[in-house]
Amino acid sequence: MLAPSDAASASPLLSVAGVTLQYKTPDAVVTATRRVSFEVYPADRFVLLGPSGCGKSTLLKAIGGYLTPVEGQISLKGRKVSGPGPDRMMVFQEFDQLLPWKTVRENVVFALTASGRAGQTEAEDRARAYIDKVGLTKFIDSYPHTLSGGMKQRVAIARGMAMEPDVLLMDEPFAALDALTRRKMQDELLRLWDDTRFTVLFVTHSIEEAIRVGTRILLLSPHPGEVKAELNSVPPEEMGTGKQAALETRINDMLFASH
Amino acid sequence: MTDLVSFRPEIIRDVQSGDAPVVAKTLSPAERIYRLGFVRKAVILAVLAVAWEIYGRWLGNPLLFPTFGQTVEAFVSNVASGVIPQRMLVSLQTLVIGYGIGIGLAALLTTLAIGSRIGADLLETLTSMFNPLPAIALLPLALIWFGLGTGSIIFVLVHSVLWAIALNTHAGFRSVSNTLRMVGQNYGLRGLKLVRLILIPAAFPAILTGLKVGWAFAWRTLIAAELVFGVSSGSGGLGWFIYENRNQLETANVFAGLFTVILVGLFVENVIFANIERRTIRRWGMQH
Repeated sequence: MLAPSDAASASPLLSVAGVTLQYKTPDAVVTATRRVSFEVYPADRFVLLGPSGCGKSTLLKAIGGYLTPVEGQISLKGRKVSGPGPDRMMVFQEFDQLLPWKTVRENVVFALTASGRAGQTEAEDRARAYIDKVGLTKFIDSYPHTLSGGMKQRVAIARGMAMEPDVLLMDEPFAALDALTRRKMQDELLRLWDDTRFTVLFVTHSIEEAIRVGTRILLLSPHPGEVKAELNSVPPEEMGTGKQAALETRINDMLFASH
Repeated sequence: MTDLVSFRPEIIRDVQSGDAPVVAKTLSPAERIYRLGFVRKAVILAVLAVAWEIYGRWLGNPLLFPTFGQTVEAFVSNVASGVIPQRMLVSLQTLVIGYGIGIGLAALLTTLAIGSRIGADLLETLTSMFNPLPAIALLPLALIWFGLGTGSIIFVLVHSVLWAIALNTHAGFRSVSNTLRMVGQNYGLRGLKLVRLILIPAAFPAILTGLKVGWAFAWRTLIAAELVFGVSSGSGGLGWFIYENRNQLETANVFAGLFTVILVGLFVENVIFANIERRTIRRWGMQH
Protein backbone atom coordinates (compact mmCIF):
# COMPACT_ATOMS: atom_id res chain seq x y z
CA MET A 1 0.00 0.00 0.00
CA LEU A 2 2.78 2.40 0.86
CA ALA A 3 5.02 2.33 -2.09
CA PRO A 4 8.15 4.22 -1.16
CA SER A 5 10.26 2.38 -3.72
CA ASP A 6 7.84 3.31 -6.52
CA ALA A 7 7.71 6.85 -5.29
CA ALA A 8 11.44 7.23 -5.12
CA SER A 9 11.85 6.18 -8.74
CA ALA A 10 9.10 8.50 -10.02
CA SER A 11 9.54 12.23 -10.29
CA PRO A 12 7.73 14.37 -7.74
CA LEU A 13 4.27 15.60 -8.69
CA LEU A 14 4.43 18.63 -6.49
CA SER A 15 7.56 20.22 -5.19
CA VAL A 16 7.76 22.94 -2.60
CA ALA A 17 11.28 24.35 -2.44
CA GLY A 18 12.41 26.75 0.29
CA VAL A 19 9.04 28.50 0.47
CA THR A 20 8.69 31.48 2.78
CA LEU A 21 5.21 32.91 3.10
CA GLN A 22 4.22 36.23 4.56
CA TYR A 23 0.92 37.99 4.94
CA LYS A 24 0.10 41.49 6.00
CA THR A 25 -2.17 42.43 8.87
CA PRO A 26 -3.09 46.11 9.30
CA ASP A 27 -0.07 46.71 11.52
CA ALA A 28 2.47 43.97 10.83
CA VAL A 29 3.95 41.63 8.29
CA VAL A 30 3.57 38.11 9.63
CA THR A 31 5.86 35.33 8.48
CA ALA A 32 3.68 32.23 8.30
CA THR A 33 6.23 29.70 7.06
CA ARG A 34 9.99 29.87 6.66
CA ARG A 35 11.92 27.97 3.98
CA VAL A 36 9.66 24.98 3.88
CA SER A 37 10.62 22.25 1.45
CA PHE A 38 8.96 18.94 0.65
CA GLU A 39 7.98 16.82 -2.30
CA VAL A 40 4.73 15.03 -2.98
CA TYR A 41 4.69 11.98 -5.25
CA PRO A 42 1.75 10.61 -7.23
CA ALA A 43 -0.81 8.73 -5.09
CA ASP A 44 0.65 10.12 -1.88
CA ARG A 45 -1.64 10.91 0.99
CA PHE A 46 0.57 13.69 2.22
CA VAL A 47 -0.36 15.28 5.54
CA LEU A 48 0.74 18.68 6.81
CA LEU A 49 0.58 18.43 10.58
CA GLY A 50 1.28 21.06 13.17
CA PRO A 51 -0.20 23.12 15.97
CA SER A 52 -2.22 26.21 15.14
CA GLY A 53 -0.03 29.04 13.99
CA CYS A 54 2.43 26.86 12.08
CA GLY A 55 1.20 28.20 8.75
CA LYS A 56 -0.05 24.89 7.39
CA SER A 57 -3.27 26.36 6.02
CA THR A 58 -1.38 29.31 4.58
CA LEU A 59 1.00 26.86 2.94
CA LEU A 60 -1.92 24.97 1.40
CA LYS A 61 -3.40 28.24 0.12
CA ALA A 62 -0.05 29.06 -1.48
CA ILE A 63 -0.05 25.68 -3.21
CA GLY A 64 -3.62 26.44 -4.28
CA GLY A 65 -2.22 29.59 -5.88
CA TYR A 66 -4.03 32.11 -3.68
CA LEU A 67 -0.79 33.41 -2.21
CA THR A 68 2.61 34.07 -3.76
CA PRO A 69 5.70 33.01 -1.81
CA VAL A 70 8.17 35.79 -1.01
CA GLU A 71 10.98 33.28 -1.30
CA GLY A 72 11.27 29.84 -2.89
CA GLN A 73 9.11 28.18 -5.48
CA ILE A 74 6.12 25.87 -5.72
CA SER A 75 5.84 23.77 -8.83
CA LEU A 76 3.33 21.22 -10.00
CA LYS A 77 4.53 18.72 -12.63
CA GLY A 78 7.53 20.96 -13.18
CA ARG A 79 5.43 24.06 -13.88
CA LYS A 80 5.54 26.98 -11.49
CA VAL A 81 2.28 27.61 -9.63
CA SER A 82 1.20 31.16 -10.35
CA GLY A 83 -2.52 31.31 -9.53
CA PRO A 84 -5.56 29.27 -8.57
CA GLY A 85 -6.62 26.67 -11.10
CA PRO A 86 -8.68 23.52 -11.51
CA ASP A 87 -5.57 21.28 -11.56
CA ARG A 88 -5.40 21.81 -7.78
CA MET A 89 -8.86 21.47 -6.31
CA MET A 90 -9.38 22.73 -2.76
CA VAL A 91 -11.70 21.17 -0.22
CA PHE A 92 -12.23 23.75 2.50
CA GLN A 93 -13.12 23.36 6.13
CA GLU A 94 -16.13 25.66 5.84
CA PHE A 95 -19.54 24.19 5.06
CA ASP A 96 -20.39 27.17 2.85
CA GLN A 97 -18.01 26.08 0.11
CA LEU A 98 -20.89 24.68 -1.95
CA LEU A 99 -22.78 27.15 -4.09
CA PRO A 100 -26.11 27.45 -2.25
CA TRP A 101 -28.04 28.28 -5.43
CA LYS A 102 -27.14 24.98 -7.06
CA THR A 103 -28.22 21.45 -6.21
CA VAL A 104 -25.69 18.76 -5.35
CA ARG A 105 -25.58 17.62 -8.98
CA GLU A 106 -25.39 21.17 -10.34
CA ASN A 107 -22.58 22.01 -7.94
CA VAL A 108 -20.42 19.22 -9.33
CA VAL A 109 -21.47 19.78 -12.95
CA PHE A 110 -20.88 23.52 -12.71
CA ALA A 111 -17.37 22.99 -11.38
CA LEU A 112 -16.56 20.82 -14.39
CA THR A 113 -18.15 23.03 -17.04
CA ALA A 114 -17.11 26.42 -15.62
CA SER A 115 -13.50 25.31 -15.44
CA GLY A 116 -13.67 23.73 -18.89
CA ARG A 117 -12.61 20.33 -17.51
CA ALA A 118 -15.54 18.61 -19.23
CA GLY A 119 -18.43 19.29 -21.59
CA GLN A 120 -22.03 19.26 -20.40
CA THR A 121 -22.81 15.58 -21.06
CA GLU A 122 -19.52 14.26 -19.75
CA ALA A 123 -19.85 16.52 -16.71
CA GLU A 124 -23.31 15.08 -15.98
CA ASP A 125 -21.97 11.53 -16.19
CA ARG A 126 -18.94 12.25 -14.05
CA ALA A 127 -21.02 14.12 -11.47
CA ARG A 128 -23.40 11.17 -11.18
CA ALA A 129 -20.52 8.71 -10.81
CA TYR A 130 -18.66 10.66 -8.13
CA ILE A 131 -21.79 11.57 -6.18
CA ASP A 132 -22.57 7.87 -6.18
CA LYS A 133 -19.06 7.15 -4.92
CA VAL A 134 -19.62 9.32 -1.85
CA GLY A 135 -23.04 7.70 -1.32
CA LEU A 136 -25.24 10.72 -1.96
CA THR A 137 -27.23 9.55 -5.00
CA LYS A 138 -30.41 9.92 -2.96
CA PHE A 139 -29.66 13.60 -2.41
CA ILE A 140 -28.45 14.40 -5.93
CA ASP A 141 -31.20 16.98 -6.52
CA SER A 142 -31.16 18.50 -3.04
CA TYR A 143 -29.96 21.99 -2.29
CA PRO A 144 -26.94 22.23 0.03
CA HIS A 145 -28.86 23.90 2.87
CA THR A 146 -30.93 20.73 3.32
CA LEU A 147 -27.82 18.59 3.89
CA SER A 148 -25.95 17.90 7.12
CA GLY A 149 -22.39 19.11 7.62
CA GLY A 150 -20.92 15.71 6.83
CA MET A 151 -22.95 15.44 3.62
CA LYS A 152 -21.83 18.88 2.50
CA GLN A 153 -18.21 17.87 2.99
CA ARG A 154 -18.88 14.69 1.01
CA VAL A 155 -20.26 16.76 -1.86
CA ALA A 156 -17.19 18.98 -1.70
CA ILE A 157 -14.98 15.90 -1.87
CA ALA A 158 -17.04 14.47 -4.77
CA ARG A 159 -16.69 17.78 -6.55
CA GLY A 160 -12.96 17.86 -5.96
CA MET A 161 -12.53 14.29 -7.18
CA ALA A 162 -14.82 14.74 -10.19
CA MET A 163 -12.49 17.45 -11.43
CA GLU A 164 -9.79 14.77 -11.48
CA PRO A 165 -7.14 17.28 -10.43
CA ASP A 166 -3.43 16.56 -10.26
CA VAL A 167 -3.65 16.98 -6.52
CA LEU A 168 -6.57 17.36 -4.13
CA LEU A 169 -5.89 19.97 -1.44
CA MET A 170 -7.84 19.41 1.75
CA ASP A 171 -7.76 22.12 4.39
CA GLU A 172 -8.92 20.50 7.66
CA PRO A 173 -12.01 19.25 5.83
CA PHE A 174 -13.35 17.30 8.80
CA ALA A 175 -12.43 19.74 11.57
CA ALA A 176 -15.93 21.21 11.85
CA LEU A 177 -17.63 17.80 12.06
CA ASP A 178 -18.56 15.89 15.20
CA ALA A 179 -16.20 13.15 16.30
CA LEU A 180 -18.30 10.22 15.06
CA THR A 181 -18.89 11.72 11.63
CA ARG A 182 -15.24 12.69 11.38
CA ARG A 183 -14.17 9.10 11.98
CA LYS A 184 -16.60 7.87 9.32
CA MET A 185 -15.40 10.45 6.83
CA GLN A 186 -11.76 9.46 7.38
CA ASP A 187 -12.61 5.84 6.59
CA GLU A 188 -14.57 6.93 3.53
CA LEU A 189 -11.70 9.02 2.26
CA LEU A 190 -9.40 6.00 2.56
CA ARG A 191 -11.93 3.86 0.71
CA LEU A 192 -12.17 6.43 -2.08
CA TRP A 193 -8.41 6.57 -2.27
CA ASP A 194 -8.26 2.79 -2.58
CA ASP A 195 -10.64 3.13 -5.54
CA THR A 196 -8.89 5.79 -7.54
CA ARG A 197 -5.47 6.41 -5.96
CA PHE A 198 -5.65 10.17 -6.26
CA THR A 199 -2.95 12.37 -4.79
CA VAL A 200 -4.08 14.30 -1.77
CA LEU A 201 -2.48 16.94 0.41
CA PHE A 202 -4.25 17.02 3.74
CA VAL A 203 -3.92 19.65 6.45
CA THR A 204 -4.80 18.78 10.04
CA HIS A 205 -3.88 19.65 13.59
CA SER A 206 -4.86 16.24 14.93
CA ILE A 207 -2.05 13.72 15.33
CA GLU A 208 -4.52 10.86 15.29
CA GLU A 209 -6.12 12.04 12.06
CA ALA A 210 -2.71 12.53 10.45
CA ILE A 211 -1.73 8.93 11.18
CA ARG A 212 -5.07 7.51 10.03
CA VAL A 213 -5.32 9.51 6.82
CA GLY A 214 -1.71 9.96 5.76
CA THR A 215 0.96 7.86 4.17
CA ARG A 216 3.55 10.53 4.76
CA ILE A 217 3.44 13.19 7.47
CA LEU A 218 5.19 16.54 7.43
CA LEU A 219 5.61 18.01 10.90
CA LEU A 220 5.71 21.78 11.14
CA SER A 221 6.78 23.85 14.12
CA PRO A 222 4.94 27.07 14.92
CA HIS A 223 5.84 30.79 14.65
CA PRO A 224 7.03 30.71 11.93
CA GLY A 225 6.27 27.32 10.42
CA GLU A 226 9.39 25.33 9.73
CA VAL A 227 9.79 21.70 8.77
CA LYS A 228 10.55 19.65 11.84
CA ALA A 229 10.37 16.20 10.34
CA GLU A 230 8.95 14.18 7.48
CA LEU A 231 7.74 10.78 8.67
CA ASN A 232 6.13 7.68 7.21
CA SER A 233 2.76 6.77 8.66
CA VAL A 234 1.48 3.39 9.78
CA PRO A 235 -0.23 1.26 7.10
CA PRO A 236 -3.99 0.76 7.67
CA GLU A 237 -3.65 -2.93 8.58
CA GLU A 238 -1.44 -1.97 11.52
CA MET A 239 -3.87 0.66 12.84
CA GLY A 240 -4.76 0.14 16.45
CA THR A 241 -1.56 -1.78 17.15
CA GLY A 242 1.32 -0.64 19.28
CA LYS A 243 2.98 0.83 16.20
CA GLN A 244 0.29 3.48 15.89
CA ALA A 245 0.55 4.39 19.56
CA ALA A 246 4.34 4.55 19.30
CA LEU A 247 4.16 6.89 16.30
CA GLU A 248 1.65 9.07 18.11
CA THR A 249 3.94 9.39 21.09
CA ARG A 250 6.91 10.08 18.84
CA ILE A 251 5.08 12.87 16.99
CA ASN A 252 3.76 14.26 20.24
CA ASP A 253 7.28 14.39 21.69
CA MET A 254 8.67 16.04 18.57
CA LEU A 255 5.98 18.72 18.46
CA PHE A 256 6.20 19.60 22.12
CA ALA A 257 9.84 18.83 22.88
CA SER A 258 11.06 22.35 22.22
CA HIS A 259 8.59 23.95 24.62
CA MET B 1 -16.36 4.89 43.56
CA THR B 2 -15.71 1.37 42.22
CA ASP B 3 -18.29 0.06 44.69
CA LEU B 4 -20.88 2.37 43.27
CA VAL B 5 -20.09 1.28 39.72
CA SER B 6 -20.41 -2.43 40.47
CA PHE B 7 -23.52 -1.82 42.53
CA ARG B 8 -25.51 -0.30 39.67
CA PRO B 9 -26.42 -2.81 36.96
CA GLU B 10 -26.06 -1.94 33.30
CA ILE B 11 -29.26 -1.42 31.36
CA ILE B 12 -29.68 -2.54 27.77
CA ARG B 13 -33.04 -2.09 26.11
CA ASP B 14 -34.51 -3.33 22.88
CA VAL B 15 -35.83 -0.23 21.23
CA GLN B 16 -39.18 -1.07 19.68
CA SER B 17 -40.86 1.72 17.80
CA GLY B 18 -44.00 -0.30 17.03
CA ASP B 19 -46.02 1.11 19.90
CA ALA B 20 -44.49 4.58 19.71
CA PRO B 21 -46.86 7.48 18.99
CA VAL B 22 -46.86 8.87 15.43
CA VAL B 23 -43.70 10.90 15.01
CA ALA B 24 -44.95 13.20 12.26
CA LYS B 25 -48.61 14.10 12.77
CA THR B 26 -50.41 16.01 10.03
CA LEU B 27 -51.73 19.39 11.08
CA SER B 28 -55.46 20.05 11.23
CA PRO B 29 -56.90 21.91 8.17
CA ALA B 30 -57.58 25.09 10.17
CA GLU B 31 -54.01 25.17 11.42
CA ARG B 32 -52.69 24.57 7.91
CA ILE B 33 -54.73 27.44 6.50
CA TYR B 34 -53.56 29.71 9.29
CA ARG B 35 -49.95 28.92 8.37
CA LEU B 36 -50.44 30.39 4.88
CA GLY B 37 -49.06 33.94 4.88
CA PHE B 38 -51.50 35.31 2.30
CA VAL B 39 -54.51 34.06 4.28
CA ARG B 40 -53.37 35.92 7.38
CA LYS B 41 -52.74 39.05 5.32
CA ALA B 42 -56.13 38.76 3.61
CA VAL B 43 -57.83 38.63 7.01
CA ILE B 44 -56.02 41.82 8.07
CA LEU B 45 -57.08 43.53 4.83
CA ALA B 46 -60.70 42.48 5.32
CA VAL B 47 -60.72 43.87 8.86
CA LEU B 48 -59.30 47.17 7.61
CA ALA B 49 -61.93 47.37 4.85
CA VAL B 50 -64.73 46.78 7.34
CA ALA B 51 -63.35 49.48 9.67
CA TRP B 52 -63.16 51.88 6.72
CA GLU B 53 -66.75 51.15 5.72
CA ILE B 54 -68.02 51.66 9.27
CA TYR B 55 -66.18 54.95 9.72
CA GLY B 56 -67.32 56.22 6.28
CA ARG B 57 -70.96 55.48 7.04
CA TRP B 58 -70.75 56.97 10.49
CA LEU B 59 -69.20 60.18 9.06
CA GLY B 60 -71.76 60.30 6.23
CA ASN B 61 -69.81 62.83 4.12
CA PRO B 62 -68.78 61.31 0.76
CA LEU B 63 -67.09 64.57 -0.27
CA LEU B 64 -64.60 64.24 2.57
CA PHE B 65 -64.41 60.52 3.15
CA PRO B 66 -66.25 58.11 0.86
CA THR B 67 -66.99 54.65 2.20
CA PHE B 68 -65.21 51.52 1.11
CA GLY B 69 -68.26 50.56 -0.96
CA GLN B 70 -68.33 53.89 -2.80
CA THR B 71 -64.58 53.68 -3.45
CA VAL B 72 -64.90 50.18 -4.85
CA GLU B 73 -67.81 51.36 -6.97
CA ALA B 74 -65.79 54.28 -8.34
CA PHE B 75 -62.85 51.97 -8.89
CA VAL B 76 -64.94 49.41 -10.76
CA SER B 77 -66.62 52.00 -12.98
CA ASN B 78 -63.28 53.64 -13.78
CA VAL B 79 -61.76 50.29 -14.58
CA ALA B 80 -64.73 49.38 -16.74
CA SER B 81 -64.55 52.67 -18.62
CA GLY B 82 -60.86 52.00 -19.23
CA VAL B 83 -59.64 55.22 -17.58
CA ILE B 84 -57.74 53.64 -14.70
CA PRO B 85 -56.09 50.87 -16.79
CA GLN B 86 -54.95 53.46 -19.33
CA ARG B 87 -53.54 55.78 -16.65
CA MET B 88 -51.91 52.85 -14.91
CA LEU B 89 -50.27 51.78 -18.14
CA VAL B 90 -48.82 55.27 -18.64
CA SER B 91 -47.45 55.24 -15.08
CA LEU B 92 -46.03 51.74 -15.36
CA GLN B 93 -44.37 52.48 -18.69
CA THR B 94 -42.55 55.46 -17.22
CA LEU B 95 -41.69 53.41 -14.16
CA VAL B 96 -40.19 50.53 -16.13
CA ILE B 97 -38.02 52.90 -18.17
CA GLY B 98 -36.76 54.73 -15.07
CA TYR B 99 -36.29 51.51 -13.09
CA GLY B 100 -34.42 49.89 -15.97
CA ILE B 101 -32.05 52.82 -16.45
CA GLY B 102 -31.53 52.92 -12.66
CA ILE B 103 -30.61 49.22 -12.55
CA GLY B 104 -28.24 49.63 -15.49
CA LEU B 105 -26.43 52.55 -13.88
CA ALA B 106 -26.33 50.77 -10.51
CA ALA B 107 -24.79 47.71 -12.19
CA LEU B 108 -22.17 49.91 -13.84
CA LEU B 109 -21.32 51.70 -10.60
CA THR B 110 -21.05 48.52 -8.52
CA THR B 111 -18.95 46.80 -11.17
CA LEU B 112 -16.56 49.74 -11.00
CA ALA B 113 -16.72 49.58 -7.21
CA ILE B 114 -15.72 45.92 -6.90
CA GLY B 115 -13.13 46.27 -9.66
CA SER B 116 -11.04 48.92 -7.99
CA ARG B 117 -10.62 50.75 -4.73
CA ILE B 118 -11.13 54.15 -6.35
CA GLY B 119 -14.40 52.84 -7.83
CA ALA B 120 -15.53 51.80 -4.36
CA ASP B 121 -14.64 55.24 -3.03
CA LEU B 122 -16.56 56.83 -5.88
CA LEU B 123 -19.66 54.76 -5.15
CA GLU B 124 -19.48 55.41 -1.42
CA THR B 125 -19.05 59.15 -1.88
CA LEU B 126 -21.81 59.46 -4.46
CA THR B 127 -24.22 57.35 -2.42
CA SER B 128 -23.63 59.22 0.79
CA MET B 129 -24.13 62.51 -1.10
CA PHE B 130 -27.23 61.65 -3.10
CA ASN B 131 -29.01 58.91 -1.15
CA PRO B 132 -30.36 61.29 1.53
CA LEU B 133 -31.53 63.74 -1.14
CA PRO B 134 -35.30 63.30 -1.70
CA ALA B 135 -36.05 62.73 -5.38
CA ILE B 136 -38.83 65.29 -5.28
CA ALA B 137 -36.30 67.95 -4.31
CA LEU B 138 -34.74 67.47 -7.72
CA LEU B 139 -38.01 68.19 -9.54
CA PRO B 140 -37.43 71.94 -10.02
CA LEU B 141 -34.01 71.20 -11.47
CA ALA B 142 -35.40 68.42 -13.67
CA LEU B 143 -37.99 70.86 -14.99
CA ILE B 144 -35.28 73.24 -16.14
CA TRP B 145 -33.20 70.48 -17.72
CA PHE B 146 -35.80 68.25 -19.29
CA GLY B 147 -38.90 70.41 -19.40
CA LEU B 148 -42.43 69.46 -18.46
CA GLY B 149 -42.96 65.79 -19.25
CA THR B 150 -41.74 62.24 -19.11
CA GLY B 151 -38.05 63.15 -19.33
CA SER B 152 -38.15 64.94 -16.00
CA ILE B 153 -40.07 62.12 -14.33
CA ILE B 154 -37.61 59.53 -15.57
CA PHE B 155 -34.74 61.65 -14.29
CA VAL B 156 -36.10 61.75 -10.74
CA LEU B 157 -37.05 58.07 -10.96
CA VAL B 158 -33.51 57.08 -11.86
CA HIS B 159 -32.26 59.14 -8.95
CA SER B 160 -34.60 57.41 -6.52
CA VAL B 161 -33.75 53.89 -7.76
CA LEU B 162 -30.05 54.12 -8.42
CA TRP B 163 -28.61 54.71 -4.95
CA ALA B 164 -30.73 52.17 -3.11
CA ILE B 165 -29.82 49.41 -5.56
CA ALA B 166 -26.15 50.37 -5.85
CA LEU B 167 -25.74 50.56 -2.08
CA ASN B 168 -27.37 47.19 -1.43
CA THR B 169 -25.63 45.40 -4.28
CA HIS B 170 -22.26 46.70 -3.20
CA ALA B 171 -22.89 45.67 0.40
CA GLY B 172 -23.99 42.26 -0.91
CA PHE B 173 -20.83 41.77 -2.93
CA ARG B 174 -18.68 42.67 0.03
CA SER B 175 -20.45 40.20 2.29
CA VAL B 176 -19.89 37.23 -0.06
CA SER B 177 -17.81 34.77 1.94
CA ASN B 178 -14.17 34.50 1.07
CA THR B 179 -14.55 30.74 0.71
CA LEU B 180 -17.04 31.14 -2.15
CA ARG B 181 -14.72 33.58 -3.92
CA MET B 182 -11.86 31.11 -3.54
CA VAL B 183 -14.06 28.30 -4.87
CA GLY B 184 -14.84 30.41 -7.93
CA GLN B 185 -11.17 31.18 -8.49
CA ASN B 186 -10.40 27.51 -8.05
CA TYR B 187 -12.65 26.82 -11.07
CA GLY B 188 -10.44 29.24 -12.98
CA LEU B 189 -13.07 32.01 -13.00
CA ARG B 190 -11.73 35.55 -13.12
CA GLY B 191 -13.01 39.11 -13.50
CA LEU B 192 -16.48 39.58 -14.95
CA LYS B 193 -17.07 35.83 -15.17
CA LEU B 194 -16.44 35.52 -11.43
CA VAL B 195 -18.86 38.40 -10.84
CA ARG B 196 -21.57 36.92 -13.06
CA LEU B 197 -21.32 33.28 -12.00
CA ILE B 198 -20.36 33.55 -8.33
CA LEU B 199 -20.73 37.04 -6.85
CA ILE B 200 -24.14 37.99 -8.27
CA PRO B 201 -25.93 34.79 -7.18
CA ALA B 202 -24.10 34.77 -3.85
CA ALA B 203 -25.10 38.38 -3.19
CA PHE B 204 -28.61 37.87 -4.54
CA PRO B 205 -30.43 38.31 -1.20
CA ALA B 206 -28.90 41.78 -0.84
CA ILE B 207 -29.47 42.61 -4.52
CA LEU B 208 -33.12 41.62 -4.22
CA THR B 209 -33.51 43.82 -1.14
CA GLY B 210 -32.02 46.66 -3.17
CA LEU B 211 -34.46 46.02 -6.00
CA LYS B 212 -37.39 45.99 -3.58
CA VAL B 213 -36.35 49.19 -1.84
CA GLY B 214 -35.64 50.77 -5.23
CA TRP B 215 -39.05 49.75 -6.51
CA ALA B 216 -40.84 51.22 -3.49
CA PHE B 217 -38.93 54.50 -3.83
CA ALA B 218 -39.61 54.61 -7.56
CA TRP B 219 -43.36 54.01 -7.26
CA ARG B 220 -43.73 56.68 -4.59
CA THR B 221 -41.61 59.16 -6.47
CA LEU B 222 -43.47 58.51 -9.72
CA ILE B 223 -46.92 59.18 -8.28
CA ALA B 224 -45.67 62.29 -6.49
CA ALA B 225 -43.96 63.61 -9.62
CA GLU B 226 -47.04 62.96 -11.75
CA LEU B 227 -49.12 64.95 -9.30
CA VAL B 228 -46.91 67.91 -10.13
CA PHE B 229 -46.46 67.66 -13.89
CA GLY B 230 -47.76 64.46 -15.33
CA VAL B 231 -50.08 66.04 -17.84
CA SER B 232 -47.70 67.22 -20.53
CA SER B 233 -48.23 64.46 -23.04
CA GLY B 234 -51.99 64.84 -22.81
CA SER B 235 -52.42 61.50 -21.08
CA GLY B 236 -51.11 61.65 -17.54
CA GLY B 237 -50.52 58.73 -15.21
CA LEU B 238 -52.22 57.72 -11.99
CA GLY B 239 -50.85 60.71 -10.10
CA TRP B 240 -52.46 63.04 -12.57
CA PHE B 241 -55.73 61.08 -12.35
CA ILE B 242 -55.77 61.70 -8.59
CA TYR B 243 -54.97 65.39 -9.01
CA GLU B 244 -57.60 65.87 -11.70
CA ASN B 245 -60.36 64.28 -9.67
CA ARG B 246 -59.47 66.26 -6.59
CA ASN B 247 -59.95 69.44 -8.59
CA GLN B 248 -63.37 68.21 -9.65
CA LEU B 249 -64.17 67.20 -6.05
CA GLU B 250 -64.74 63.61 -7.18
CA THR B 251 -63.44 62.31 -3.87
CA ALA B 252 -64.52 58.73 -4.51
CA ASN B 253 -62.42 58.80 -7.68
CA VAL B 254 -59.47 60.20 -5.74
CA PHE B 255 -59.82 57.27 -3.37
CA ALA B 256 -60.11 54.90 -6.31
CA GLY B 257 -56.87 56.34 -7.69
CA LEU B 258 -55.11 55.90 -4.36
CA PHE B 259 -56.60 52.43 -4.15
CA THR B 260 -55.02 51.57 -7.50
CA VAL B 261 -51.66 52.90 -6.34
CA ILE B 262 -51.90 50.66 -3.29
CA LEU B 263 -53.07 47.65 -5.33
CA VAL B 264 -50.18 47.94 -7.76
CA GLY B 265 -47.81 48.27 -4.81
CA LEU B 266 -49.27 45.19 -3.12
CA PHE B 267 -49.20 43.20 -6.35
CA VAL B 268 -45.55 43.94 -7.07
CA GLU B 269 -44.50 43.32 -3.48
CA ASN B 270 -46.59 40.25 -2.70
CA VAL B 271 -46.84 38.55 -6.07
CA ILE B 272 -43.84 39.50 -8.19
CA PHE B 273 -41.14 39.94 -5.54
CA ALA B 274 -42.55 37.22 -3.29
CA ASN B 275 -42.45 34.79 -6.20
CA ILE B 276 -38.89 35.70 -7.10
CA GLU B 277 -37.94 35.28 -3.44
CA ARG B 278 -39.62 31.90 -3.19
CA ARG B 279 -37.98 30.58 -6.34
CA THR B 280 -34.53 31.86 -5.52
CA ILE B 281 -33.21 32.75 -2.12
CA ARG B 282 -35.78 30.77 -0.11
CA ARG B 283 -35.31 27.70 -2.24
CA TRP B 284 -31.56 28.04 -1.84
CA GLY B 285 -31.85 28.42 1.93
CA MET B 286 -30.25 31.86 1.84
CA GLN B 287 -33.28 33.39 3.57
CA HIS B 288 -35.98 31.85 5.72
